[in-house]
Amino acid sequence: MDFLAKVLDKNERILYTLRKLYMDSGYKKYRMSKFEEYDLYVKNKDFLVSSNVITFNDIDGKLMALKPDVTLSIIKNTGDCIDGVQKLFYNENVYRASNETQSFKEIMQTGVECIGNIDNKCICENIILAAQSLNMIKDKFILDISHLGIIEKVTGLLNLSENGKKSILKAFGEKNTAYVDEILNFEGIDTKEGNALKTLIKTYGSFSEIISKLKIEAFSSLIEEEIELLEEIAVSLEKNGLSDKVRLDFSVINNMSYYNGIAFNGFISGIPEGVLSGGQYDKLMNKMGKKSRAIGFAVYLDVLDRM
Amino acid sequence: MDMLNIALPKGRLGEKVYSMFEKAGFECPSIKENNRKLIFENKELKLRYFWVKPSDVAIYVEHGAADIGVAGKDILLEYEPDVYELLDLKIGKCKMAVAGKKDFSYENQKTVKVATKFKNIAKKYYSGIGKDIDIIHLNGSIEIAPILGLSDVIVDIVETGTTLKENNLTVLEDIIPISARFIANKANFKFKGEQIEKIVNSLKEQVEAAND
Repeated sequence: MDFLAKVLDKNERILYTLRKLYMDSGYKKYRMSKFEEYDLYVKNKDFLVSSNVITFNDIDGKLMALKPDVTLSIIKNTGDCIDGVQKLFYNENVYRASNETQSFKEIMQTGVECIGNIDNKCICENIILAAQSLNMIKDKFILDISHLGIIEKVTGLLNLSENGKKSILKAFGEKNTAYVDEILNFEGIDTKEGNALKTLIKTYGSFSEIISKLKIEAFSSLIEEEIELLEEIAVSLEKNGLSDKVRLDFSVINNMSYYNGIAFNGFISGIPEGVLSGGQYDKLMNKMGKKSRAIGFAVYLDVLDRM
Repeated sequence: MDMLNIALPKGRLGEKVYSMFEKAGFECPSIKENNRKLIFENKELKLRYFWVKPSDVAIYVEHGAADIGVAGKDILLEYEPDVYELLDLKIGKCKMAVAGKKDFSYENQKTVKVATKFKNIAKKYYSGIGKDIDIIHLNGSIEIAPILGLSDVIVDIVETGTTLKENNLTVLEDIIPISARFIANKANFKFKGEQIEKIVNSLKEQVEAAND
């Protein structure tokens, strides 16, 4: 292995270290073609980071695309798995339009997906694996976790329009409490009723601290099941010595029409944007006609160039 | 502890904001020296201030060149940067509005010609009220567009309304109130959160005291 350390550049080293981590954790490599039928992306346009996709006609005239995403293909090509759990990892190039340069870019992405009978234990394992992935890149990292079910239930306490609900999510993503007041004013709701939401928006910190705070909130009886999961996660973080680097933060919202339950974003000191993102995506599975549940994450290797 | 990078908007608003930071105990005396420098450091407090064009503050913060900054809500609504918006400073207050000639009416107008610097705000507003528009993007002196027949109306920031009045224009509809907001880079907040929260909390006290 000694000579490998010399010939590999930084990103390759990270890529192979992560690959070893996933293989050691029992994940099987998933390989796919560069192309996929365009239809798959049209049906799930909102799931993609950017709706621009490189398309071309195959010899038989079928409209194809250079894949902008791997998760959708994995779901499409993996059978339902009701009893067990299928654990897959991938290293694939994806092709996305960059908003800044208005041109397409090839991006190396690696990630893992668990599909099947996802229970709390499986969720904990996935979170630990995400934290370990970040740790392999740099030991100064933070993994922020939120529970979309809690956000949904607390938002549901107010009688908001669909647009109002969408705006509330935006306020969560921006940690913007002033915006909550603006939304409630617009919807004709007393701003005092938004206090629970504002508390939740401002909430971030270690699992143990935040769980005990959540438990004394008036809405705690509503989210007992969710708190139970968070407590299980807290225990496994403690066991793995990760309590100070994995935190609860309700500003992680991802896309709620695809994700549900646990969602997370990973950050590394010195890189001004997220390097890892993932969560449970049962809703996406459901949309694609699958009965099993799923959780996974992706590591954005292109961002690591900035390190 | 790492340096905390703070982007402030050049101009009157920025100076007002800096005095709030100073009052909160995050001072940087060299900033008051009269020279052309744009970057100022207080090594003891680990602070680095820099002046940038007001519309660029959000860009510096989104890309992490600045950890925190103060930007107008107009810029945040127009460019929708992926940042945390932690506090409404309630200064630099004005409003985004539609203005035009006094006798303008939407009747008989199928497509409304709108001159503006804020094309996304204009687009969103008009799609919200179900009107077709053409956007004419201008960078300044928007007010003369309706006078010269370049556009039917303008979408712009209105502070006192004096410029509009002097050009025989009037506010036709208010779109949204605008004020200065405290923003932070999402990733850098993870590692400098404690420092940033300290500043937010003491600025918040000042905002509350001033608006009581």
